[in-house]
Amino acid sequence: MTDPIYQTDALIAEDIEAYLEQHQNKSMLRFITCGSVDDGKSTLIGRLLYDSKMIFEDQLAALENDSKKVGTQGQEIDFALLVDGLAAEREQGITIDVAYRFFSTEKRKFIVADCPGHEQYTRNMVTGASTADAAIILIDARKGVLVQTKRHSFLCHQLGIKNLVLAVNKMDLIDYDRKKFDAIVADYEHFAESIGIETFTAIPMSGLAGDNITTRSDNTPWYEGPVLIDHLEQIEVRSAANRDKAFRLPVQWVNRPNLDFRGFSGQIATGTVKPGDMLRSLPSGKTSKVKSVVVMPSAGAANQAAAEGHLEEAVAGQSITITLEDEIDCSRGDVLATADSPPEVADQFESTIVWMDDEPLVVGRAYWLKLGTQTVSVTVAHPKYEIDVNNPAGSGSHLASQTLHLNQIGVCEITTDKRIVFDPYAENRALGGFILIDKITNHTVGAGMLHFSLRRSQNVHWQATDITREHHAQMKNQTPRVLWFTGLSGSGKSTIANEVEKKLAIMNRHTFLLDGDNVRHGLNKDLGFTESDRIENIRRIGEVARLMTDAGLIVLTAFISPFRADRRLVRDMIDGGEFIEIHVDTPLEVAEARDVKGLYKKAREGKLKNFTGIDSPYEAPENPEIRVNTVEMTPEEAADYIISKILPLK
Amino acid sequence: MFENPVMQGHKKFCLSKIGNPHFASRIPPIWEVRKQSWMIASTGSKDDFMTDTTTLTHLQRLEAESIHIMREVAAEADKPVMLYSIGKDSAVMLHLARKAFYPAPPPFPLMHVDTTWKFQDMYALREKAAQDAGMELIVHRNPEAEERGINPFDHGPLHTDMWKTEGLKQALDKYGFDAAFGGARRDEEKSRAKERIFSFRTATHGWDPKNQRPELWNLYNARKKKGESIRVFPLSNWTELDIWQYIMAENIEIVPLYFSAKRPTYEHEGGLFMADDIDRLEKVMGYRPEITERSIRFRTLGCFPLTGAVESEASTLQEVVQEMLLTTTSERQGRVIDKDAGDASMEKKKQEGYF
Repeated sequence: MTDPIYQTDALIAEDIEAYLEQHQNKSMLRFITCGSVDDGKSTLIGRLLYDSKMIFEDQLAALENDSKKVGTQGQEIDFALLVDGLAAEREQGITIDVAYRFFSTEKRKFIVADCPGHEQYTRNMVTGASTADAAIILIDARKGVLVQTKRHSFLCHQLGIKNLVLAVNKMDLIDYDRKKFDAIVADYEHFAESIGIETFTAIPMSGLAGDNITTRSDNTPWYEGPVLIDHLEQIEVRSAANRDKAFRLPVQWVNRPNLDFRGFSGQIATGTVKPGDMLRSLPSGKTSKVKSVVVMPSAGAANQAAAEGHLEEAVAGQSITITLEDEIDCSRGDVLATADSPPEVADQFESTIVWMDDEPLVVGRAYWLKLGTQTVSVTVAHPKYEIDVNNPAGSGSHLASQTLHLNQIGVCEITTDKRIVFDPYAENRALGGFILIDKITNHTVGAGMLHFSLRRSQNVHWQATDITREHHAQMKNQTPRVLWFTGLSGSGKSTIANEVEKKLAIMNRHTFLLDGDNVRHGLNKDLGFTESDRIENIRRIGEVARLMTDAGLIVLTAFISPFRADRRLVRDMIDGGEFIEIHVDTPLEVAEARDVKGLYKKAREGKLKNFTGIDSPYEAPENPEIRVNTVEMTPEEAADYIISKILPLK
Repeated sequence: MFENPVMQGHKKFCLSKIGNPHFASRIPPIWEVRKQSWMIASTGSKDDFMTDTTTLTHLQRLEAESIHIMREVAAEADKPVMLYSIGKDSAVMLHLARKAFYPAPPPFPLMHVDTTWKFQDMYALREKAAQDAGMELIVHRNPEAEERGINPFDHGPLHTDMWKTEGLKQALDKYGFDAAFGGARRDEEKSRAKERIFSFRTATHGWDPKNQRPELWNLYNARKKKGESIRVFPLSNWTELDIWQYIMAENIEIVPLYFSAKRPTYEHEGGLFMADDIDRLEKVMGYRPEITERSIRFRTLGCFPLTGAVESEASTLQEVVQEMLLTTTSERQGRVIDKDAGDASMEKKKQEGYF
């Protein structure tokens, strides 16, 4: 090891053309390695890079230098130093993030996602697993199947990885003992069966000593299975399996350089497509035939058609642009699919969700859901159960849970505000996998996998009534509105709302004032003041307000509604333009000085918890339709001002 | 080292058990919830294992991924731009952008953050490439660096800092770009191996490696607050060999300096450099370096006084790739930039806003 000889493929020097020809047509396999630092994961990857000649002399010199300085292998080369990239990680000697590494053999290019193993990095592992064709699960031969082995296997299985390699590492430390190896495999087999893993391949190896990684080891004459690299070269890549399924193209971009050309661009999720195929655009359901699969003409193209700018056929995994025979309505977010085998369209689902943010899931809050090229608003219900990732097979694996915290996994029902086009994740990762995005912080807070749509959304159709909301509004000679008053306690919301309603009544407008306290006495008396109850409170008020606008009413609501996300929830519910957010803007000092109900005093004395403005924040609207300043205006002036702003809108 | 495996007679440690009835308490994997029949149908495919001729090649997969990324950015960002450094990676990135939006031109401009010290051949190709692609070309030079005459000889690391790091920030702010494509690859450098494809920058262009958004499947979260921006790396998963193979397969035009030719050279502090503009060199060096004609080429391209040449006879793409494969030093060694702050220098530069 101290005298490494850099060898290169003889073919490179002898016949570069033959070498390049061979490498031009390699396939690509993406895999992840799971295990903790102690299992020798980084060492294994370093070994793969080293043995496949991906390390240059200068890097090797630097590595030798580093190994002596900060390595954990004495004077030997510490391969782990090759792959632990970030400075902070090197100092602490741990792998925190997912790192991507590359190496290739004669047959394949490999992309390795090196994932951290501890439970607090479950989200990183799930991230790495989402794009992997295969997973290597590392086990320390001295320790056997551990809790983390089970967790890693379970996560890979959940993410749909079918090719699992059980790498029983550090065989050198148990004297290459076959009995111990067999016992570990039997133990794992038992576990794997219990969570539904159908096949795996177990290999005895040593990353440090190089046994059964790239070459068959003399130390394990009893082992007749493949060595790691040979096995990785044989695994079927997922894009190949996706070819045989029905065609799905999530439309990413409509290409419209001029009036004569209208192309639909995207990456084919599954199936194949060729000119003449009958496609259906979802959700509209319209059909048309494929006119052409367009590519940029190039001199180096594989055949005549491609050189002229069109493909005879395109397959799963390719990014393409297609044109259709007819002008049908289709834009980003829609899905073009085989006409007679289209995906489903629905708005309620059962899904598995992995939570990835420090802030826990807030049940009922509206998040963005991105699936394929569709982005919609979504709410998540209370988890049916949380899955114990450390004990996924046991009878106690389903835990009762009110929410999901960082790295927790649960099965939840979700509801989107618009119907989306989907396939179950198990059939199609691209149309069944989604991410959740916080609407305020913009963080990616969760990832999920759709199981199936819930029947109720399929069977409960909107009742089409003959007297429409437009009729109701016309009879009242007004445009329905929701005037949503928000502000601190004591800011004057109820007083001003009351004034506005009186003035509107004089003007013959049909109104209704929804007051916070009154609603809590009836409709919402089952709700308390926890965060999710608070959101449910707002949601119900929003729904009632929406029904009243359907009846043609101008609805006034007076609630503190301190959180932007909650107000956004209602805004998203109400038809465009009908929701008018009115910020009753009163400085805290002024509201506290007024203290009409004596609540601020109680809160200051600590007798009232979570009081807005004192120990719970008020998130002022950033762009309210109307803002009234109650220091400068009397309630009556404020009411006049609001009416002057809404009446032109009629 | 990777000989063909001898597979005959190997007993695989494979299990094959489907639907064993006595696992009553197990969690159903997601796909079994409704579609058990599908699962069984597709696991029985051991015999019809796809050979590699029907699978996409690695270049096809990489190309498809890069194009997907570019279209996502075009669809979700308000004002994207493609940073163009005129090197071979930029050439590949530009080519992919043209393919992604063909027959339309890419729906964003090309931008070169110039230092005034690039090779003449680079400037020539820059104009031509933009024209061929039908894209607007924006060239930004840091006016302060220009005024102070910042150059690689007198100012050392400040040269990179002012022209490139500061210049880039200025240009992004000036035009209000909220997403910028860059041609960086994960195989280039250790800290890049962990950077996301969509990499977020604060309003002051800082990068926080510990606070990156998870990227799952091919779903990219491009949402950001006003003032924040994204650097997008569509070539993240390409290696240097992939880049060369793709250039060859797609016949992509690159700067002639990558190919060997007789060129005027001088030696400076142990390195071999090309005298691209001898008068200007003399002005800043204070003397006229001794010029020798040598057959040289470049493995990477940057500012000519900072980019080391290698003596070579490789004058075709194949010879260049052959030489690259036979070389025993890593790619960036010819460039001085990585060495000025020890091992974690690139990570530090990126936290400060360098691409």
